[in-house]
Amino acid sequence: MQTPAPVDYARATSVDHALALLEQLGPESRLIAGGHSLLPMMRIRLAQPECVIDINDLTDLDYIRVEGSDLCLGAMTRHATVLASPVVGEHYPILHDAERRIADPPVRNRGTVGGSFCQADPAEDLAAVGSALKATLVLRSAGGTRTVSARAFHEGPYTTVLGDAEMLTEVRIPIRPGAASAYEKVKRRAGDWAAAAAGAYLLLRDGVVADVGIGLTAVGAPHFCAEDAETYLVGKPPTEEHIAEAGRLAAAACTPRADQRGPVEYKLHLVDELTRRVLRRSVERAGGRAEQ
Amino acid sequence: MKVTMTVNGTEVSREVEPRLLLVHFVRDHLGLTGTHWGCDTSQCGTCVLWLDGQPVKSCTVLAPMADGHEVRTVEGLETDGQLDPVQRGFMEEHGLQCGFCTPGMMMTARWLLDHDPDPDEDTIREAISGQLCRCTGYENIVRAVRWAAEHSGEEQAEPQPAETEQGVQA
Repeated sequence: MQTPAPVDYARATSVDHALALLEQLGPESRLIAGGHSLLPMMRIRLAQPECVIDINDLTDLDYIRVEGSDLCLGAMTRHATVLASPVVGEHYPILHDAERRIADPPVRNRGTVGGSFCQADPAEDLAAVGSALKATLVLRSAGGTRTVSARAFHEGPYTTVLGDAEMLTEVRIPIRPGAASAYEKVKRRAGDWAAAAAGAYLLLRDGVVADVGIGLTAVGAPHFCAEDAETYLVGKPPTEEHIAEAGRLAAAACTPRADQRGPVEYKLHLVDELTRRVLRRSVERAGGRAEQ
Repeated sequence: MKVTMTVNGTEVSREVEPRLLLVHFVRDHLGLTGTHWGCDTSQCGTCVLWLDGQPVKSCTVLAPMADGHEVRTVEGLETDGQLDPVQRGFMEEHGLQCGFCTPGMMMTARWLLDHDPDPDEDTIREAISGQLCRCTGYENIVRAVRWAAEHSGEEQAEPQPAETEQGVQA
């Protein structure tokens, strides 16, 4: 039987209250939202916070809306809500592709967007999606609000730039009219973490790539993205040859670890292949076929 | 700390350690052992119950997180001696062998049918993808859910005698 170590429990009633509790309880306290990453870690005692601060009452952070030219997801938005959202599907099918493959339905009922980012698991799908889409994360503390690029948010496995008494409140994704996007994940079975996954958006103008973002999951990609492949593609038509080179460049930037989900060589192969697939699918969704 | 929640329509209060998981709260503190406790890692889904009307894995919720909320367990499916069509479907279609995954399967199936009364096989398989079954190969579970969909609203021919304790001591 796995049981968390003794822990105190506090319930926050507002963002300000949560921040005050973090301040008061100190660095050994942790916010808990869905809890579907933190509680398993607490059960095997990889995490032993002195206090968990329950933020499930912060329903004012549970929203999906368009503000100006951004698609905004509140940090307490559940995975199931993102998956069911027509406005998300309209602007970024990559999010629906990814959400459909995150864990399983009961977990998606509970797990949150903010929790996914803050857990900073190297195999976290939304981290790669946020990186692909060059999202901006809104962080709040008693001192005020700051924003940080999704690509600069994660410092390494399970670590982020969040301060001790700071919380993620919103994910902002710039809406790019005409952009198409897709996500593909290889996993061993239903509900599993990714062996590898890739996501991309693509904006074509006059037959060439005007803007592109590529995110990679669970393969040791710096900042969860493939910058060399992006730089290579800009200004080029999305031909099969260019897409293949982008896949090669994406794989070249990765340093996956061999584990129960496969050896290094296999994962690098997946990066290459999945990068090509999401680029091809984005081209298809953009309304044109990749030119041969 | 004291937690108070509504379980299968009855308000209950208990003194618990904050680290207590909801699955252990309903099983050990309320005696509702219909909810099973399985893998401990949010994988197997046998501990699924409803929290505020949504299926969740109760091995991954602290009991204090359910304080003030509404819980429905597999014991809450039966009403007035009438088994839920989902429960009857599992009987009719042999939807269980060892029965370990059954509570999670049934709670997920009930939720699915409440939201999609006529699901096709793919939809059912997706809905139950958070539960592991090692006996049936899932075939009979899918048939059981289909049976429930087709017999929704029908009265049970012979009501089940109330053999087991379903209520919760408040």
